[in-house]
Amino acid sequence: MNDFDLVRKNLFRRKLRAVLMIVSILIAFMIFGVLAGFYRAFTAGEDRAAADRMITVNKINFTQPLPIAYYNRVRAVEGVRQVTFANWFGGYYQDPKNFLMSLAVEPTTYFDVYRSEFDVPPDQLQAFIRDRGSALIGESLARKWGWKIGDRVPVASNIFSQKSGGHTWDLTIAGIVKGKADHIDTNFLLFQYAYFDETRSFGKDTIGWMILQTTSPENNDRVAKTIDAMFANSTAETSTDTEKAFGKAFAAQFGNIALIVLLVVGAAFVTILMIVGNTMALSIRERTREIGVLKTLGFSGPRILGLVLGESILLALLGGLPGLAIAALIAMALRASLANVAPAFALSPVIALEGVALMIALGLITGIIPAVNAMRLKIATALGRG
Amino acid sequence: MTTESPMVRLTGVSKRFTKGKETISIFDHLDLAIPGGDFIAVMGPSGSGKTTLLNLLGGIDRADGGEIAVADRRIDGLSEGELATWRAANIGFIFQFYNLMPMLTAAQNVELPLLLTRLRSKERASRVQTALSVVGLADRVKHRPREMSGGQQQRVAIARAIVSDPNLLLCDEPTGDLDRHSADEILSILQLLNGELGKTIVMVTHDPAAANYAKRILHLDKGRFVERELAA
Repeated sequence: MNDFDLVRKNLFRRKLRAVLMIVSILIAFMIFGVLAGFYRAFTAGEDRAAADRMITVNKINFTQPLPIAYYNRVRAVEGVRQVTFANWFGGYYQDPKNFLMSLAVEPTTYFDVYRSEFDVPPDQLQAFIRDRGSALIGESLARKWGWKIGDRVPVASNIFSQKSGGHTWDLTIAGIVKGKADHIDTNFLLFQYAYFDETRSFGKDTIGWMILQTTSPENNDRVAKTIDAMFANSTAETSTDTEKAFGKAFAAQFGNIALIVLLVVGAAFVTILMIVGNTMALSIRERTREIGVLKTLGFSGPRILGLVLGESILLALLGGLPGLAIAALIAMALRASLANVAPAFALSPVIALEGVALMIALGLITGIIPAVNAMRLKIATALGRG
Repeated sequence: MTTESPMVRLTGVSKRFTKGKETISIFDHLDLAIPGGDFIAVMGPSGSGKTTLLNLLGGIDRADGGEIAVADRRIDGLSEGELATWRAANIGFIFQFYNLMPMLTAAQNVELPLLLTRLRSKERASRVQTALSVVGLADRVKHRPREMSGGQQQRVAIARAIVSDPNLLLCDEPTGDLDRHSADEILSILQLLNGELGKTIVMVTHDPAAANYAKRILHLDKGRFVERELAA
């Protein structure tokens, strides 16, 4: 036997009570794991945003188009290393339920701006540039639909139509794009803007947004001001910001996710804190005499403190770790169906570590008052001998 | 009389309790010397200070004045932490209501004081087995307190008190919750520990029959030893 055995046996001396507390903690940490996974998924763009990358959108709203003529003017701005652009296509495959994250892009510059994120074999990139009716797809998407190079894929749009009246563009897959890190989402399809612009029935010569890379992050402010000033008082004024700020604004359209997560998790934890804290205090109070006996045998105050805190931390871990494990399973189960909304939805190691830290904090907070009381308890009082 | 220094020495010990605005003096300059190997029964009416005496001897309460020494070590000046360490090595407590941990087996209850030592698991197990054998419960190691009679639980408590081989055993009404037969068994074990193993025992009791197992009986009344007599 050792102190851990003593802690464990004390915790489970009333099995039903221990199990109920463990289940309530488990549910709280399951909620934490799932919501934190969602939060991370929605803000993943912010985390991997490059410091020297900026986004220029229409000042009214990023869904409003910009004239394509802006592209060459922005290229000429001092401090801009490279510019590319993209247009939202609103694509789907076969059925509108099969949403495809699809963009019409400028093929020669797009992967120059995103070279730190994506890897495209040079021959496949050249094939994409040469063939106006081709597409590049991310490897996640290729895996999802079993597509391979040379396949001809009909991609329909729920926004655009062709001049001929159809909503479907037939595209030949020219290459498969890989992410340079595991967390980089590759669930997308890119095809040539020129082909798209030439064939669509409306919106000709407009683009969705520009992505520019500055020569140095230090130039970001100056470049943004120059670009926005350049198009001030025009029919399509611009708003230029860093990619990180843009990602944050994009995520904000779904509501203040951080606040929602904080409120839900906070409510769950405050409830658990009160339940577990009260039960721990009750449990220790019931053992006042036994604590007195342990002290009589020579257990010091700090050792008693450690035993009680160990019990509350063990309780939090026994509930919290399975809670996180279940959250991870939920994330795995939902990941495929949420691939389009929150492609990075997962219980990352960072969330797991935060969860463990939270468990220890929960254990300490719920255990500290009964532990200090037990440490200070006078033996004569505890034994009712005073 | 012995020329050896006593196992327990109280010199001018005072102890007071405050209840509301009233201060009650339990001991006022109490003196006591208990030689090593003695077996003393302390008797007296409720409120006479018997339990307080045990508390002071065991370092679980503090005197307001005077000196307390056990085995030539002054304990009245020790800190709480020092007292805990000292108790673990020198004192064995036996309570009226056994005070065993209900979720632990007999062996685990007996092992508790050894968790405070540096002994290895194997050696701890060996000592636990020996202590349980001394009290005649070698075959009950895996039983929990609720699976044992009162007498058996008290024997486990005695094993727990002696497992770390302390010099002084302090017993507070050790037979107060037992029938006569079980009480006699417990008292015989205490006699054995005193006679064969040389443990010094101070036992508080209300029971004259129990007190007769001791070598000496001290009567405590209003904070003073009013009578001393040899046991029959």
